[in-house]
Amino acid sequence: MPRRSRRAVLGSLGGLAAGAAALSLGAPALLAQAPPRVAVVGGGFAGAACAREMKRRDPSLSVMLVEPNARYTACPFSNAVVAGLRELSAQEFGYEGLEKAGITLVRQAALAVEAEARRVRLADGTALGYDRLVLAPGVDMRFDAIPGYDEDAAEAMPHAWKAGAQTLLLRRQLEAMEDGGVVVLSAPANPFRCPPGPYERASLIAHYLKTRKPRSKLILLDAKDAFSKQRLFEAAWAELYPGMIEWVSLSFGGRVTEADPSTRTLVTEFGSHKAQVVNLIPPQRAGRIAEAAGVADRTGWCPIDPVTFESTLVPGVHVIGDAAIAGAMPKSAFAAHAQAKACAGAVLALLGGRPLAEPRLINTCYSLVAPDYGISIAGVYRPSGGLLADIEGAGGTSPRDAPPAFRAREAAYAEAWFRTITGDVFG
Amino acid sequence: MTGGPTPLRLALALLGLFPAAAMAADLPSSDPPPGASACSGCHAPAASDGGMAPLDGRPAEDIVASMRGFRSGTLEATVMDRIAKGFTDEETRAIADWYAARGGRDAAAKP
Ligand SMILES: Cc1cc2nc3c(=O)[nH]c(=O)nc-3n(C[C@H](O)[C@H](O)[C@H](O)COP(=O)(O)OP(=O)(O)OC[C@H]3O[C@@H](n4cnc5c(N)ncnc54)[C@H](O)[C@@H]3O)c2cc1C
Ligand code: HEC
Repeated sequence: MPRRSRRAVLGSLGGLAAGAAALSLGAPALLAQAPPRVAVVGGGFAGAACAREMKRRDPSLSVMLVEPNARYTACPFSNAVVAGLRELSAQEFGYEGLEKAGITLVRQAALAVEAEARRVRLADGTALGYDRLVLAPGVDMRFDAIPGYDEDAAEAMPHAWKAGAQTLLLRRQLEAMEDGGVVVLSAPANPFRCPPGPYERASLIAHYLKTRKPRSKLILLDAKDAFSKQRLFEAAWAELYPGMIEWVSLSFGGRVTEADPSTRTLVTEFGSHKAQVVNLIPPQRAGRIAEAAGVADRTGWCPIDPVTFESTLVPGVHVIGDAAIAGAMPKSAFAAHAQAKACAGAVLALLGGRPLAEPRLINTCYSLVAPDYGISIAGVYRPSGGLLADIEGAGGTSPRDAPPAFRAREAAYAEAWFRTITGDVFG
Repeated sequence: MTGGPTPLRLALALLGLFPAAAMAADLPSSDPPPGASACSGCHAPAASDGGMAPLDGRPAEDIVASMRGFRSGTLEATVMDRIAKGFTDEETRAIADWYAARGGRDAAAKP
């Protein structure tokens, strides 16, 4: 650790503008010099939380948040919107809280990063200088991965894997379907955003079908042979939705090889499935600015140092949230928020020339199997061997045999978590 | 430039170099020890209906004792047993001290 941090500190001072150097000279110099500037690209759970935390911990810092959308639409609980249990407005958050906290909102998309010059190029042609940059662009759907499935096809066969118009489109299609119709949901191979998400969605769609269209069924085509919280989900499906959900694993032909939006048909290695509603969740990659900035590797995701979240490919640029390769941590809003706070501490330490602390991170993904039936998977993580690794003996899933009251408590805690985290980030 | 509302920071605020709004909306706090900020994903600074209990301003001894209870299984939990097992007694102590010192945001707001 000491060697590393010294190197990191020297590196950061070497490449930095006067502001950070002034900081290390002590407070009097600060009065005369401009404060260090940190730019954050992406105002989701990761980026907004990181901007907020940096400003909270050092109000003298100049923090700029680059985000083109006026409002953020959160994905957690958007499966409840799909199933008609919640309105989309409950998912929407503004950036007023961040502005009030002294963060400068830059309502633009970032197009490129000039890492040598320490500048972000924006959509309107201007550039934003920084001393350190945090990239948190989330994911992009890979519209080149499944023949026939491009952006236009998503209008007929929604992915609904970014909350907003796609979420409502899928909900309307379910509402328009007649009783007895077939819904096909396709889940991608790992890694992808929110590993338990497709199974939570299958559960809540089954809940909708059971209450509104009981002769219908759902086929879940999976490009994997195993999935997150599988035993808990399968036990709950057998108990709550007997015969309604058919899970087709990779080995049994679950991988989709082609899509035909005009007939709403998915072709797999073993045959084809025509359905009234097709929810195709395609493979993903880090949001495209990651590639433009040179921080994504050949997998499409961004390798990082597990202590600082600094890109291992481009110095001075940190990557957090879904876009990052975070070892054992899944791509979740919870993880994005935890990484944001750890990264904020590291950026402040690097700018201030202080030693780096080895972080501990937590993740917990709650899933609703029914409105009053919650299950969770948790993990605690530490840097190890250049990655974030599970701390042995901690974490795991909810117990397999638990009374309904326990499941109901976890469903209530899931909602409480969402209120807490969105309050912390956007409140 | 970390730490709580240090004399320097307060002086700067009086000089108008820190926007007053920023001071009010988001109080600066000392560097959290490893793991502490991850608790804030679930534990908000203030109590809410049906939510997880706030940790800010809680006696450190309480937090340490609860974490031990969650780890050993003497306290009932839906999720804290799985989380508490990821922290040593020493790490837990540092986290507990930090939360205890936060003492509620209103108290900290008064210089
Ligand atoms: C259906 C569903 C259910 C989920 N449920 C849960 C759950 O229960 N719990 C949980 O923890 N997680 C859940 N997730 C996962 C969670 O939504 C993501 O992990 C989380 O949003 C990741 O945060 P992020 O900040 O990395 O990315 P995002 O939330 O996607 O934010 C990225 C932001 O960056 C902006 N951006 C992108 N490119 C640029 C650019 N070039 N310039 C400027 N801005 C840019 C975007 O506009 C966006 O606002 C779920 C996801 C889905 C799809
Ligand atoms: C995933 C959400 C979550 C996270 C993260 C989390 N907690 Fe908890 N915490 C809970 C819940 C839920 C309870 C109630 C007990 C239970 O059901 O597990 C609780 C209870 C507690 C209690 C007992 C409160 C009381 O009034 O008895 C303490 C102390 C506590 N947590 C400390 C922590 C600390 C310290 C951390 C970070 C290391 C942490 N928690 C992280 C969800 C969480």
